[in-house]
Amino acid sequence: MAADLHEVEMSVNGVAYRRGSIEARMLLSDFLRHELHLAGTHVGCEHGVCGACTVLLDGAAVRSCLMFAVQADGCQISTIEGLASSDGELSQIQNAMHEHHGLQCGYCTPGILMTMTAFLRDKPDPTEEEVREALSGNLCRCTGYQNIVDAMMAAARAMRVATP
Amino acid sequence: MKPAPFKYVRASSLDHALSVKAEYGDEARFLAGGQSLIPSMNFRLARPSVLIDINGLAELASIDRGERQITVGALTRYATLERDRDFLRACPLFADALPHIAHPQIRNRGTIGGNLSHADPASELPAVALAMKARMKLRSVRGERELEASEFFVGLLTTDIQDDEMLAEIVIPLPPASTGATFMEVARRRGDFALAGVAAMVSLDGEGSCTDVRLTCCGVGDTPVDVSGAAASLVGSSCSDQAIAAVAADVQQAIAPAGNVHASADYQRHVAGVLTQRALRTARERARHGG
Repeated sequence: MAADLHEVEMSVNGVAYRRGSIEARMLLSDFLRHELHLAGTHVGCEHGVCGACTVLLDGAAVRSCLMFAVQADGCQISTIEGLASSDGELSQIQNAMHEHHGLQCGYCTPGILMTMTAFLRDKPDPTEEEVREALSGNLCRCTGYQNIVDAMMAAARAMRVATP
Repeated sequence: MKPAPFKYVRASSLDHALSVKAEYGDEARFLAGGQSLIPSMNFRLARPSVLIDINGLAELASIDRGERQITVGALTRYATLERDRDFLRACPLFADALPHIAHPQIRNRGTIGGNLSHADPASELPAVALAMKARMKLRSVRGERELEASEFFVGLLTTDIQDDEMLAEIVIPLPPASTGATFMEVARRRGDFALAGVAAMVSLDGEGSCTDVRLTCCGVGDTPVDVSGAAASLVGSSCSDQAIAAVAADVQQAIAPAGNVHASADYQRHVAGVLTQRALRTARERARHGG
């Protein structure tokens, strides 16, 4: 079958990108990594189980391996590259992960940070149980999760102080 | 690239989507949330020649509350249902079942219509739809037809949807007042497919006597299984714990789980019995407190 090519335009972390001939079958995760060279979005299982590829699609956390780039045409995407400020200052969630040793190898971390960025935006005062439920779609094989949960509870506190 | 090549068509209207489907038949698949279809394409278990993307069709994404029923557009996402308090209050089975469906990221994309069309027997919503006697509205260029949930699910991952048809709307009849309902399941991990799940609805009259029971299971057969017949003995009674225990024993006889890598058939049958008791008791208590 001849390649089915499409023009794709999207905004990623506030920057507009346009590519003229993208195959319909190209996953959004591969588009971000191979076309835009934004390799911070990691690819683990490529069938929606591990959560490493989580990005925000118009603000909602989604698996970028479970949609095609052509579907994101005209959408706003947020990835890990957009979390820190332009001068390199970490976001409060990133900072809390650092402080609480919420990562070891770091492979799952981009997906976890994007998932929790959306979660804490919608739920600024979560219980530990709610944090665990929100994390349930992101696999981490290093930390045992406890440090990530601690980091998120601390990040939520810090964000509430910053924007009461 | 993981999926095999395909032609991508972004539907501009429902009529457009249906005409493309009529043209390509079973070579084409509708792309809604894609949370089951795209994994199977990534594994190349599914290799559709054409994908008809219906995500832009707002006409398929509404929730309309009527006096006796709620009509849910097939493209309505799990997350939308989860945040709709009126809907959850009217349909407590959904309120209980939705959090069990995969994980938050999946629920942001996956749709009710995609779920029911996929007809995974271990999935929650087919059992919920069957318990609530939901009706499936199918559309095609030939017109529209409506199927009862009991006619819709015909086999493993198989529905009565024909090659040119789309599940467009789900019509959910609202249960009578003083009906209590609950959905429960046991899975190896939160968000995994259920080893067994039970949806129960108990209706009581003013004296606390049972007037109707709906009882369905997921994960224990090729389709969601309606075991309401095993609970018919409760009608006319006060639904004592003893009577409920007898129903659970009958349910265990009525189902034929196949067993899988996570649980033997005997264990699935055991879980289904335990869940039947818990769910019927909870439904009864909720009915006593006004649903």
